[in-house]
Amino acid sequence: MTATPHRPHDGVFDVAVIGGGIVGAAIARELSGCDVSVALLEARDDVGDGTSKANTAILHTGFDAKPGTLESRLVARGYQLLSAYAKATGIPVEHTGAVLVAWNDEELAALPALKEKAEANGYAHGRIIDADEIYRVLPDLGEGALGGLTVPDESIICTWTTNLALATDARQRGTTILLDHAVTGVDQDDETTVLHTPAGEVRTRWVVNAAGLGADHIDRLLGHDRFTVTPRRGELFVFDKLTRPMVDKIVLPVPTSRGKGVLISPTIYGNVMLGPTAEDLTDRTDTATSEDGFDFLLSKGERLMPRLLAEEVTASYAGLRAAIDHPDYLIEATPEQRYLLVGGIRSTGLTAGIAIAEHARTLLEAAGLTLRTRSDLPDPPRMPNLGEASPRPYQDADLIARDPAYGTVVCFCERVTEGEIRDACHATLPARSLEGLRRRTRAMNGRCQGFFCGAAVAALHAQHQTHDGCASQHKDHR
Amino acid sequence: MTEPHLITPDVLVIGGGPAGLTAATELADRAAGHVLVVDREPAAGGIPRHSDHTGYGLRDLHRVLTGPAYARHLVRQATRAGAEIRTRTMVTGWADDHTVDVTSPEGRYRIRPRSIVLATGARERPRTARRIPGDRPHGVYTTGQLQNLVHLHHRPVGERAVIVGGELVSWSAVVTLREAGCTPALMISQYPKAESYAAFNAAGRTLLRVPVATRSRVTRIIGKGRCQAVELEHLDTGRRRTVACDTVVFTGDWIPDHELARAAGIALDAGTLGPLTDTALRTSRPGVFAAGNLLHPVDTADVAALDGRHVAQQVIGHLHGMPRPADGVRLVADAPFRWVAPQILRPGDPAPARGRLLLWTDEFVRFPQVTVRQDGRVLARRTLTWPAAPGRVFRVPSGLLTGVSPTGGPVRIGLR
Repeated sequence: MTATPHRPHDGVFDVAVIGGGIVGAAIARELSGCDVSVALLEARDDVGDGTSKANTAILHTGFDAKPGTLESRLVARGYQLLSAYAKATGIPVEHTGAVLVAWNDEELAALPALKEKAEANGYAHGRIIDADEIYRVLPDLGEGALGGLTVPDESIICTWTTNLALATDARQRGTTILLDHAVTGVDQDDETTVLHTPAGEVRTRWVVNAAGLGADHIDRLLGHDRFTVTPRRGELFVFDKLTRPMVDKIVLPVPTSRGKGVLISPTIYGNVMLGPTAEDLTDRTDTATSEDGFDFLLSKGERLMPRLLAEEVTASYAGLRAAIDHPDYLIEATPEQRYLLVGGIRSTGLTAGIAIAEHARTLLEAAGLTLRTRSDLPDPPRMPNLGEASPRPYQDADLIARDPAYGTVVCFCERVTEGEIRDACHATLPARSLEGLRRRTRAMNGRCQGFFCGAAVAALHAQHQTHDGCASQHKDHR
Repeated sequence: MTEPHLITPDVLVIGGGPAGLTAATELADRAAGHVLVVDREPAAGGIPRHSDHTGYGLRDLHRVLTGPAYARHLVRQATRAGAEIRTRTMVTGWADDHTVDVTSPEGRYRIRPRSIVLATGARERPRTARRIPGDRPHGVYTTGQLQNLVHLHHRPVGERAVIVGGELVSWSAVVTLREAGCTPALMISQYPKAESYAAFNAAGRTLLRVPVATRSRVTRIIGKGRCQAVELEHLDTGRRRTVACDTVVFTGDWIPDHELARAAGIALDAGTLGPLTDTALRTSRPGVFAAGNLLHPVDTADVAALDGRHVAQQVIGHLHGMPRPADGVRLVADAPFRWVAPQILRPGDPAPARGRLLLWTDEFVRFPQVTVRQDGRVLARRTLTWPAAPGRVFRVPSGLLTGVSPTGGPVRIGLR
């Protein structure tokens, strides 16, 4: 196991970060780069298993943020930071670029203002193009596009690997990761905060609330009443890889008075995605897909790219965005409570995560937490490549020659090898469930959804679980 | 990077199921040279490997075996004939028109044969491809996954199952569920009668007795973690109800595994979604043939196997430099037929495998009167003594095509 030089010597962590999504993992990574002991508490049995796993996986330039907001600044900064971090760790990124497509006069008329807004956000590479140029780039687009705005730097990224890289990095830097630790109660005295969870108490001096959908609940446990999270469900269709040549760029809707439309985007795994819907719910666990959602997506898809709908759907899923009643990110420190709220992080949080962590550090320091950067930091982790833009193990003759397990394809549709499944079961943050394995390898995510490989993948997972004891890893409180 | 290792067999058969193995046996028997079968699974044999019930081998071997025994028999037969079988060997793409890239534990390499037989089979559409909304719990399978779990990996399934679909394969799923100690609580079919009822005699139906909800469809899967229920809707009344179950098996609704064919740019038939073929089982790419359920999703394993025997003869002709024949006429399926295979009739070509055209019907017709038309003229009309039933291939004697003019328009095959 990795070196963990910064355990609490008195059983009290310096900082507890609540929430193992992208934002929480990024903050834990940032803080454990300093001379403090950090715990990362996750309610579920894996990091990145909530909102962070089911978004549109776009690396945003921030061109369409509201200028002058914290979100605008952190997304633009996050784009740079995450791009560099992705290079260092092997998080797959594809610089596909995007086109906002106008389908009516209102949308067409909105394009110049959007271009100006992009410039106000510091993004100057956008260009307004006519319908001919749109169809040159996207010949399979449905009829009726009137014009568009290009955003050449919008990119696609693997959201799962991003979350795992940040959490793995945090752990290697000494963060104690506590899975199955849903915070249900908080007690504070002058020096210590006690977080109550079904898996036991966690004592800490400082608390960072990055609990996403549950951030308002945690905030109330700490005595505040400043915002409410409304889970906004987004449903998506993922189409067969055979459609990928039809969609070479992210096709974005033009936001208008009538709300946001849906997008079509290539995915980093070589599929095409259609979605999301936007529906406010009350149930914070309702990630079911719905008939209405499907009908809505299909009607939109019919307009956007009818050819796409003739193809097979590989997967459908729904994510819950943590929408709040506040127009910007809500990041506020309460120094007297040694508490930092990081709330209202919408889908841009994937891009902004590392910048949010930087910002969080600054606020914590201003609030009185001493943070000295360590000089003995381990290298960032090298993540397995789940993307189609660079070679995968099954294509690597040298790797297979060294270890034939990388030549044994187990999941045929996604070409996932036995070697990758084995590695995921023995990783720093191992796959503890088949869902965790899917996000670490892509196994069973393909067009057959397990028809051929489901049983074999389950057997391999079970085989590796028995031998390495990683199933009990979450009980490792140290 | 160095140039990958290259091997050059005479024939490469991609897919070691009944069609591929039988083709390989026949090719090796007829001294077609080095015949190589590649299969991506740990063992060759295809779907019958995990269909642990009887009924295999009737038409090709003239005996009845269980699926696994049948699979083993086909493997032995091909090996004995001199064909080479490489398992855990997956073709991942095309290096050029006649060369494929493969990945195996032995390495990453290339195969450039003189001729290729695509025999990649078919899979059932999973729940996602059927666009069924709801939760995404454990316990939702296809028959393929279920049988893999139960027969090859001896893993438990749930206690109470709903089976979606009423095709032949759906009853195969029922047998597997029973064996695994899981009660098949309900079968759901969109048709007025379970598609394969006619395939079973009264005794068989009694034995397999499962309540069937006809004219129904699944509208939602319910359950966090483990499946708890499905919601179904009656297609005529619109009435909905939920049925408790911890296991759902999506059966049938087959789609060919056509990725390699599509990646090669080989023409596909819009009906079958498999490669467009003539009665000699040639695809649109010279030297590339296809056989089995990749072409007709899906007929029984023995019919797929006999496709393999049929294609072998045509491959040998190609290896001997037999010229590509003239253009032919297209065969077109009229409603209620969804597709016909093969789809091209060329002058001078052999009759299709087993002298049968294979069709798929969307309606049950007890006494189907098959009509063949060309350019508005009725060429043949014959009432067949077997029903056309959804969920099963409907086989029509190719003798009905005798009067087709090779220079005429498309030949339409319909009913009445």
